[in-house]
Amino acid sequence: MSDRAFAVVRAGALTTVQDRGRPGHAHLGVPRSGALDQPAARLVNRLVGNPPDAAVLETTLDGCALRPRRPVTVAVGGAPCPVTVDGRPAPWGAAIRVPAGALLDVGAARSGVRCYLAFDGGVQVDPVLGSRSTDLLSGLGPPPLTTGAVLPLGSPSGTHARVDTVPQPAPPRELVLRVARGPRADWFTPAALHTLATRAYRVSSASNRIGLRTEGPALERAVHGELPSEGMVLGAVQVPPDGRPVVFLADHPTTGGYPVVAVVREPDLAAAAQAVPGTPVRFVPTGWR
Amino acid sequence: MRALPVGDRALLVELADGAEAQALHAELLRRRATGELRVREIVPAARTVLLDGLDDPGRVRAQLPGWEIPPLPAHAGAALEIPVRYEGPDLAEVAAHWGVAESEVARIHSAAEYRVAFCGFAPGFGYLTGLPEGRAVPRRTTPRTSVPAGSVALAGPYTGVYPRASPGGWQLIGSTDAVLWDHARVPAALLAPGVRVRFVAEER
Repeated sequence: MSDRAFAVVRAGALTTVQDRGRPGHAHLGVPRSGALDQPAARLVNRLVGNPPDAAVLETTLDGCALRPRRPVTVAVGGAPCPVTVDGRPAPWGAAIRVPAGALLDVGAARSGVRCYLAFDGGVQVDPVLGSRSTDLLSGLGPPPLTTGAVLPLGSPSGTHARVDTVPQPAPPRELVLRVARGPRADWFTPAALHTLATRAYRVSSASNRIGLRTEGPALERAVHGELPSEGMVLGAVQVPPDGRPVVFLADHPTTGGYPVVAVVREPDLAAAAQAVPGTPVRFVPTGWR
Repeated sequence: MRALPVGDRALLVELADGAEAQALHAELLRRRATGELRVREIVPAARTVLLDGLDDPGRVRAQLPGWEIPPLPAHAGAALEIPVRYEGPDLAEVAAHWGVAESEVARIHSAAEYRVAFCGFAPGFGYLTGLPEGRAVPRRTTPRTSVPAGSVALAGPYTGVYPRASPGGWQLIGSTDAVLWDHARVPAALLAPGVRVRFVAEER
């Protein structure tokens, strides 16, 4: 391993390597995976001059701390959080030069859930099926960071334009998810569809990279039979027997046997990645026939 | 055939049964290979095929009913052979369901030819159809917390092989040393949709 690497001093609750994921393998049972907040991952890559598909770190709620072996340029974005280098405050949302051996600490998110850390050159773990993403459902890609681990960094390419600042949206106070009618909407009663479209839900603390779970009124089924397994898309709103909608995120299973009542429009999923447990959720039907 | 919109970029095509779904899957692969169809994911399942990442799902939805979908071609070439030691912990239970002697389970299972209808559950886990009529078995009432990699199993009308150790509720009838999934290998999955399979009993 070259000296371009960093040691993990504090891994945080869940810190994973993520890029744009591994689409194109769903027929083999391989989830798409990739950064949950793709716009945030792209922005931090721009701040350090990386191509948009360079691998970054995705933290969950309490950040992480790292010590690079060589000087590196780093940018932290996504959920707003305090950043320090050897204890001194450093900017969030801008490129930071971290000296060799200095301690880079990304603190707990002040709002939102997931911070993104880009390093010039990108995190250079071995790709699996064309992606360096950690996939928590099927265990592909590198394992989540552990304290003491050392991860390699690539060489900065220098060919990509670097920006000084980029606007980053604030984590949502209310999560508004525009939904198209799902392929199995007719498995639910008209009253259930009205409930989904009009009642308030909240983000459940059981949410993870596989799905955004919600708390709220249960959706009543009109069809009670069993649905044979069928292919699932990113953003599918699947309804398990307890009637509470689950929005499928990047690590979702590629096939499933619970009916999909609606599908969240893809641009709205980045906000879902940053909605803390308890955030109000509204499902807004668009273009329902 | 019924094509249901799934969000902005996908279609779920519902077929009458698994055989029709497999035939449509083969036709979709053919059309993608010739460039007639541009789609990122083609995901067959029990009796549906999902097309995800379509530029114009409305157009494909309108065209689909007019397609000629040939039935699956008769077996060309040899099926993939997977050696099995038939000594799984659920042999007795499966034999009881089938009303046969335990020793018969291996003979019945290895006499049939299977086809990977679809994958899911874990990378490289294939749902294989081809079990003889009347040989479906229910899942275990209590799933095992860990099923060893290489376990050859039955559930419903399907048979399959666990690519890695995982929890699971299928009935285990044997095990194989075949490597079902290796992401460093090309292709990574031994069993992809459409692959034909024969299980060969190893001498005890």
